[in-house]
Amino acid sequence: MLSRVTDSCFWLSRYIERAESSARILDVNIQLVLDSEDQSANGANNLWRPILSTLAEQELFRSQHGELNGDTVMEFVTFEKANPSSILSSVTLARENARTVREQISSEMWEQLNRLYLYLQSPAAYAAFRESPIGFYRSLVDRFHSFQGITDATMTHGEGWHFLQAGKYLERADATSRVLDFKYHVLLPSGERVGGNVDITQWMAVLRSCSAMEAYLKLFHGRVTSWEVAGFLILHASFPRSIRFSVDALDQALHSISGSERGHFSNEAERLSGMLRSTLDYTTVDSIFQSGLHQYLDQTQTRINEVSRALAETYCSWL
Amino acid sequence: MKGFFGKYETGNFFDEMFEADGNVRPHYSKILERFSEMDVDSFEPKRALAEKTYLNQGITFTVYSGDEGTERIMPFDLVPRIIPADEWRLLERGLEQRLRALNLFLHDIYHDQRIVKEGVIPLEIIRTAKHYRPELVGLDVPHDIYIHICGSDLIRGADGTYMVLEDNGRCPSGVSYLLENRQAMKRVFPKLFSRHAVRSVDRYPQELLEVLRYVAPQGNPDPTVVVLTPGIYNSAYFEHSFLARSMGIEIVVSQDLVVKNACVYMKTTKGLKKVDVIYRRIDDDFLDPTVFRKDSVLGVPGIVNAYREGNVNLCNALGTGVADDKVTYYYVPAMIKFYLGEDPVLPNVETYLSAVDSDRKFILENLENLVVKAANESGGYGMMIGPNASREEIEKFRAAIIADPRGYIAQPVISLSRSPCYFDGKFEGRHIDLRPYILMGEKTTIVPGGLTRVAMRKGSLVVNSSQGGGSKDTWVLDETEAAC
Repeated sequence: MLSRVTDSCFWLSRYIERAESSARILDVNIQLVLDSEDQSANGANNLWRPILSTLAEQELFRSQHGELNGDTVMEFVTFEKANPSSILSSVTLARENARTVREQISSEMWEQLNRLYLYLQSPAAYAAFRESPIGFYRSLVDRFHSFQGITDATMTHGEGWHFLQAGKYLERADATSRVLDFKYHVLLPSGERVGGNVDITQWMAVLRSCSAMEAYLKLFHGRVTSWEVAGFLILHASFPRSIRFSVDALDQALHSISGSERGHFSNEAERLSGMLRSTLDYTTVDSIFQSGLHQYLDQTQTRINEVSRALAETYCSWL
Repeated sequence: MKGFFGKYETGNFFDEMFEADGNVRPHYSKILERFSEMDVDSFEPKRALAEKTYLNQGITFTVYSGDEGTERIMPFDLVPRIIPADEWRLLERGLEQRLRALNLFLHDIYHDQRIVKEGVIPLEIIRTAKHYRPELVGLDVPHDIYIHICGSDLIRGADGTYMVLEDNGRCPSGVSYLLENRQAMKRVFPKLFSRHAVRSVDRYPQELLEVLRYVAPQGNPDPTVVVLTPGIYNSAYFEHSFLARSMGIEIVVSQDLVVKNACVYMKTTKGLKKVDVIYRRIDDDFLDPTVFRKDSVLGVPGIVNAYREGNVNLCNALGTGVADDKVTYYYVPAMIKFYLGEDPVLPNVETYLSAVDSDRKFILENLENLVVKAANESGGYGMMIGPNASREEIEKFRAAIIADPRGYIAQPVISLSRSPCYFDGKFEGRHIDLRPYILMGEKTTIVPGGLTRVAMRKGSLVVNSSQGGGSKDTWVLDETEAAC
């Protein structure tokens, strides 16, 4: 497979996953705002501000919008072309990458992605968004899922597919760590205590944004604590959006590409992903909270980025 | 004419579908029957479906205005263009003959130049052709084939005679539209195909791959073949990736290739892999910055050297542009006589060379009645249609011709044949041409039909997609159909 092509497959997949994560987070935040007991404008804005720090460039937003409110934030994160991490920008970049590897991916994948791109730019998409943001974001997530399903069902599970998997899971590990970190940025209203009603509602929102609510409740019999939610989303071995699961899948994809055995490494990317994987395998929630959740997530994000960089150096820019 | 076609007028043109008296030509009768029973309400959804099919598949080309390129779909008209079997046989014979002569010509001028020595074509014409490559003289290419893929544009004048308007021997484009138009038509009007014996076009990519494999260096039986594209911002990128996909081969950009020890390699995840045949969709000028344009970032340094050493083959060959120079075009009928001893099956359009004194005098006196073309432009650029040109334009071309007589030719205005096209609820005649795709490898094959291009603007004679042209599905009917 051409080296340049691996880069495009990898980023195509990352951008798709990134756009899906943004749609999930926005969906959940709307619900969080609606559930909030503080229905004043100020109360709502306290919930929208962290969205900007998680998903977008705050400076750019401030230069474009005087006022911060739900509508301006959602539009900025969804449709703003000038915002390089908006959903539309991510889908556009995914499509640009797909265009360069049309002969690698299936026509069905390309058409699904192209339709999604055309839809996002259409008046119909904006109208649906105005009509019901929650419905709009759910339908977007559905479209992303279709893309994943089509990918698995129509593309040879060979080298190119493994690069798509690597991109998808690397981005997902990163996204889940960001969602958890998002909770860190949401300030509890004064008078609310950690473990109180508002705190619990917020943790439940974090679970929902990862489609993890049901899986979590089965395991913990309806008890929601910060401790256990973070533990679940970081360390669960078989929930498909946990950081540990995603890093494991990333490591699997990297080994499938090189053909080297799990537990060994033949290049720097594999070495770093293998180290991250084994760290996660042997980490406990206690130790995470001892070092501080925010610091832990920060560190994890850095290590994920190092894998990404090493992957590019190994396969894309070796010559 | 009846029903939905009730208001259709053929005007004073050769109409593909109707005879001058308004009667439908026999090979269009079933189409007329089907379309006449429709109306706006039943036709419009079909048109919209076709358009959506193209859009969703991203079958677009890029139009540049200012610094932003926008993706457009090429307008597609739903009335097919039909060529009866006997007409097609004639075209096949003529196109095959022409390509055979052009390849002999290219071999000759890069070797002995017999055609010059025997006084058929002046040396000056060859020497001053913009795309002549003296550095290739004496170089042998596999099987002596230079133009592997040719697109010769055909038009029909007032009496319906087919004529060759120009030959595209460098990187003719558009074949992906031909193939996609058929797919769209099958989707929109599936039943029409069961009523006609339309010859399939599906085999084109396989036939192209056979040609590319056949011309591998040193007769390598299992060559690595790639498509070389300038990149996704090229207006024909869709076609490049389409062909790579349909042939199941890699599409590469110049950065993917590297030349070592006069061999071309591509950079893969498993290291360097040798490349044997390159279907390149980059013009000669941009192919190798060490030989041609030094500022080219699209090229691969050293690739021409690898080609000269015979370690890689390029399709089409380097230097074929001399054959689609519009002054060379003038001499193609003479070439056919010279190399093959045959009369041309398909005539040229009458052409005047401004490099010839008597012709130039005639051209300058009749600019407002002639079509003037720059010898080395394509895509509908560098061209003036006298009767439609402004005073300034005519004077601009007059000055250009006087300054550079070798650079221009002139032809009478041919009122191209017309075909019905659907616009806003009714059918109107529009001028069309035909670009067939001729492949030359072990044998010569021509995909039945070709791309019918349509000048969508009322009255316009310019069919190029870069000038707002559209296209139609083109049907060649099977023999048996002609018999009934």
